[in-house]
Amino acid sequence: MIMALKMLTATSCFVKAMLRPSTLCHSWEILFGRETSLRSFSFKHGIPPSAKYGGRHTVTMIPGDGIGPELMLHVKTVFRHACVPVDFEEVIVNSTSGEEDVHNAIMAVRRNCVALKGNIETDHNLPPSHKSRNNMFRTTLDLYANVIHFKSLPGVETRHKDVDILVVRENTEGEYSNLEHESVKGVIESLKIITKAKSLRIAEYAFQLAQEMGRKRVTVVHKANIMKLGDGLFLQCCREVASCYPQLTFEGMIVDNTTMQLVSRPQQFDVMVMPNLYGNIVNNICTGLVGGAGPVPGANYGHTYAVFETASRQSGKNLANKNMANPTAMLLASCILLDYLKLHSYATSIRNAVLASMENKDVHTPDIGGQGTTSDIIQNITNHISTVN
Amino acid sequence: MAALSGVRWLTRALVAAPNSGTWRNLCTSAVAHAASRSQAEDMRVEGAFPVTMLPGDGVGPELMHAVKEVFKAASVPVEFQEHHLSEVQNMASEEKLEQVLSSMKENKVAIIGKIHTPMEYKGELASYDMRLRRKLDLFANVVHVKSLPGYKTRHNNLDLVIIREQTEGEYSSLEHESARGVIECLKIVTRTKSQRIAKFAFDYATKKGRGKVTAVHKANIMKLGDGLFLQCCEEVAELYPKIKFETMIIDNCCMQLVQNPYQFDVLVMPNLYGNIIDNLAAGLVGGAGVVPGESYSAEYAVFETGARHPFAQAVGRNIANPTAMLLSASNMLRHLNLEYHSNMIADAVKKVIKVGKVRTRDMGGYSTTTDFIKSVIGHLHPHGG
Repeated sequence: MIMALKMLTATSCFVKAMLRPSTLCHSWEILFGRETSLRSFSFKHGIPPSAKYGGRHTVTMIPGDGIGPELMLHVKTVFRHACVPVDFEEVIVNSTSGEEDVHNAIMAVRRNCVALKGNIETDHNLPPSHKSRNNMFRTTLDLYANVIHFKSLPGVETRHKDVDILVVRENTEGEYSNLEHESVKGVIESLKIITKAKSLRIAEYAFQLAQEMGRKRVTVVHKANIMKLGDGLFLQCCREVASCYPQLTFEGMIVDNTTMQLVSRPQQFDVMVMPNLYGNIVNNICTGLVGGAGPVPGANYGHTYAVFETASRQSGKNLANKNMANPTAMLLASCILLDYLKLHSYATSIRNAVLASMENKDVHTPDIGGQGTTSDIIQNITNHISTVN
Repeated sequence: MAALSGVRWLTRALVAAPNSGTWRNLCTSAVAHAASRSQAEDMRVEGAFPVTMLPGDGVGPELMHAVKEVFKAASVPVEFQEHHLSEVQNMASEEKLEQVLSSMKENKVAIIGKIHTPMEYKGELASYDMRLRRKLDLFANVVHVKSLPGYKTRHNNLDLVIIREQTEGEYSSLEHESARGVIECLKIVTRTKSQRIAKFAFDYATKKGRGKVTAVHKANIMKLGDGLFLQCCEEVAELYPKIKFETMIIDNCCMQLVQNPYQFDVLVMPNLYGNIIDNLAAGLVGGAGVVPGESYSAEYAVFETGARHPFAQAVGRNIANPTAMLLSASNMLRHLNLEYHSNMIADAVKKVIKVGKVRTRDMGGYSTTTDFIKSVIGHLHPHGG
């Protein structure tokens, strides 16, 4: 009897897994037909062909504000030294750009399917009709998963050692839905949207990723004791998906407890999945744990597009043009980009060079406790690439 | 001066160096004099890029000889791996084709002459040329038609780019005799390939900063075939709001090209129209001897002349114009990131043409190919000091 039940659940899981599209296929487009067709303009017949000609890829580059432009310049220098077959199409969008510029930039990412992005500052003194540019990118391109791998870097002094957490954050709904209104004078209603479809999607992505990377445990971060329906739905979706991955341990943890555990014993976490705002907070905590905004790269994935950026989306306004910013995050993000484009050899060589220069305490930038400048560290990295065997 | 001596030292050092593993990429841009290593690729000569060379038929071998001479004089770190594939000279077979293909797949860059396709039907509808292109999936053929300064033609200061879909269309090699005396010849137009070439054209225009793309078609007659091509171009055009998209029927396009070619910027079109317009445009700026061309697939790049003619009448007479092949070789060097050498050779060729003293017969002069090559070599070094 129990065997029969187990087999039933197993087969239903199997059937569900067969019918449920894998992270990379397009049949979700059919499910969200109307929603995505509004966004995908007239490329109804799937993704545009890739921008790879004669062995060279074209990648959109959006420098953004603050330290963005100088970091992008450094990425280009390093790529040139390593002879990477990638050309960048630069699109300028800053905090002062109009809607049209942003749409041009989004179009550019659609064309090339891959982008490297700096942070575009959102001035919160402007009226609410001025939407966050970064958010526009994420929602229009449907980059639903924000994936950041937090790993203690050798050579960077931190209070916690051996941190190795993979955080998957839902990137398009939740508290960032931009739905707020003043129902009665002096009373603001701010809507947090949780949908079953998107929750299932992100949970599926997280479990699939955990399985691919050989991880053991997935922790869902939520506040379902208070937001019983909202986060309750998210938790339920994760539980549903977890039942199809019996080899992975599933646990739920409330966000307040999570943050406390993260700062006392971060080694207990393996893979974490969560809705948008908690993700923002947890990401930044973890960034702080492994050494700050300087060394950590991040990636945003959708079904068709991928945008790579730094983990903590800070524009670093006060560090701009002072030659003090840490280029590691952007360089490691570009390595993840190269891995995505399947240029693994180039990715490894640049990554090794970056990690090697991280070990060299003389060239550490001020944010990780050194006295070096950005150009010193870039010089170190390029020398390393040139001289490696 | 310093740059040239730096490069020479570098190449000499590399060639003389003991077997230090695998070296492939040599970035000799003026800013980055850093040699970086290859990513797991075997090389026969230290420090040189391997490039497949297919001399082809007609004057192909002479033109390739010109390229080799100029490269030697400019100390270009490129090593040619020659293969001879020719239908008319009975040097074609399946295994030869396989050899050539594996060489090209390894090197990823090739320079080829025209492999002539005989007129007679010997049982095989697809020529070796076509099969090579299909196997490597070289779907885009780019011919940059640019007036050479100093050489006056009926149209001066022309600068247009012709992008031609190279793997389907009328060249699908699908023909049969359905009833006696009735031949059906199939022109294949597919959505994926049309989208691909349209995207290539717009990406090319974006990269080179061009403002307009014109799709050339005959959709009023071939409503479904060219209609699909046009529809795909329109779909792709929506992703590029900054680039103007126009369409033009092939007959009107040909007339406009000979009356007022300045109105065109980038042209994209299916296979046969591309063949015709390539040659037409080449004629506008000076003929088959002066226009370089290249073919791209996602992985490979092949460099050749723009208008592909074997020019069999000129074999052995030393009168062929090597300009097209030299300019194409210079483009190849740019593709290999050897900017310095690329500019050196291109400038030398352009200077020789501008000065006008040494010109081959097709450009109105009396010089031979060897004279031209000597003149180009002469102009190489004073540039670098």
